Amino acid sequence: MSVLNGLRIAVPRGALFDGTVDLLAGLGVDTAELRSNDRKLLFEEIGVITMRPSDVPTYVEAGAADVGITGKDVLAELVLPAGSVGGVPGGGRAGHGREVYELLDLGYGRCTMVLASRVGDLDPAAEALRRLGVMRVATKYPRIAARHLEETGRQAEIVEVKGSVELAPLTGLVEAIVDLTATGTTLRENDLAIREEILECTARLIANPVAHKLKAGAIDELLERLRAS
Amino acid sequence: MIHPIPSGTRDVLPDEMREMRAITEALRGVFEGRGYGEVYTPALEYEEVLARAELSDASPAYRVFDETGAVLVLRSDMTVPIARVVASRYGSARPPLRFCYFAHCYRGVRPQRGQQRELLQAGIELIGSAAPQGTAEALGVLCEALAATGLEGYRVGLGDASLYPALMAALDVPEQTRAVLLDALARRDFVELERALELAGLASEEAAGLLLSVPQRRGGPEVLSDLPGPAAEAAGGMRMVHELLQPEVAERVIFDLGLTRSLGYYTGAVFEVYDPALGAPIGGGGRYDELLGRFGRPLPAVGFALGVDRLHIALAGEERGTGVRLAR
Repeated sequence: MSVLNGLRIAVPRGALFDGTVDLLAGLGVDTAELRSNDRKLLFEEIGVITMRPSDVPTYVEAGAADVGITGKDVLAELVLPAGSVGGVPGGGRAGHGREVYELLDLGYGRCTMVLASRVGDLDPAAEALRRLGVMRVATKYPRIAARHLEETGRQAEIVEVKGSVELAPLTGLVEAIVDLTATGTTLRENDLAIREEILECTARLIANPVAHKLKAGAIDELLERLRAS
Repeated sequence: MIHPIPSGTRDVLPDEMREMRAITEALRGVFEGRGYGEVYTPALEYEEVLARAELSDASPAYRVFDETGAVLVLRSDMTVPIARVVASRYGSARPPLRFCYFAHCYRGVRPQRGQQRELLQAGIELIGSAAPQGTAEALGVLCEALAATGLEGYRVGLGDASLYPALMAALDVPEQTRAVLLDALARRDFVELERALELAGLASEEAAGLLLSVPQRRGGPEVLSDLPGPAAEAAGGMRMVHELLQPEVAERVIFDLGLTRSLGYYTGAVFEVYDPALGAPIGGGGRYDELLGRFGRPLPAVGFALGVDRLHIALAGEERGTGVRLAR
């Protein structure tokens, strides 16, 4: 029996990886191989699987992992826009993203989802909105961006990009971007200024809804130890 | 030639159909044996008739016009159509009334494993039998039916839709905060629930603590103790149901004080079926003591629906042994 009481946990690679591995080490999980082998995905003996942060909710919702750790940005991006459909027959609600429990704010990996545009006295995004009636916004988070602009009553054209978002306003593709920033360094280096803060994001512990009931003891014990640490 | 079919629908070919048929026949045998006569209602109904149920989250997703311009909807569950049948066709019949059904329902969900937009539901409705006896009977039928299909590892989560509202009332939560808390709970977001409780600035820290911890309580009868006022009453109701259950049914029950179901009509006991071989509930149900009244025949009622696809996936999973891996 592993330290996690037989739970299988989905661990995000990338920015949250080191914080997550430290957290697991703090719980007494033997993380030596997890730290040293970045090609291996399945660590059966310690109950860990590793993946991209955005895949964590998918594995947890399907029950392929009992619990998982991912960023609030990933969870917020799963929430469907108003008016669209989602949910589970007899179990879910429309428009609320994945059917997983969000159990705990783990506090690390803190960063902010911001709206940014080129440095200057006049905000080019506000100017475009004032004169042309719509602002163009590049982002890797189209739902968060669309929801934020919708909720603040502004018309926007969302341009989804997969790579470096900072390039888009510098080349005239868009007037603004919505992106995640920890220190703001990348934004500054690319001559971009933060205009609005949209959402504080930290690492979250999520759980599969069936595991949450059938493995209640193991999950509650994990929660308690995480709260205490 | 490949001709597409709509997202969230599926063709069922003979091998799968035989297995599905075996499952539904097993269920039907139990339902009929316990006195639940099978009914079938139209897949299409008038929107204004189904709207009486105020389904909110599970409202019908597909609408069409007929030749007179009336709006028709594809039913999103069978409970509401059966409420209509009881009011229209059994206006003076002596309760209790027992019905079962095997019918396709239609929902605008995100299609994925075990979640189709056209889904086959198998279930029962017990009309005119109040809590706790009616609830206990429905749970008994549920477990007998699942056993008949050969499902082994399943558990039944039992909660009460009135418990959290009662708790909020008992602890003097301001009206405008209640909807926020219920919404966080329905989204299964305990981080948001905690944040909303901090923002609400409740008079006592103890009250905030209870509002956060009670919906996370699940397990044996011990989770029912130490609740304030009206919430204790709801918990007492759950205990009474539990005492009426046959031992083989009672041992399947997990008390779950945070269990919420999305359908707006539940008033009392609610339940969900979990199996270790599937990451989502196989089905569920509960008491809807006020729904029949909206159709003009006020009677207490309870029922459940099983997703036949999900039951099939869980049975296949148990056969492969994935259920056993997860259960230990």
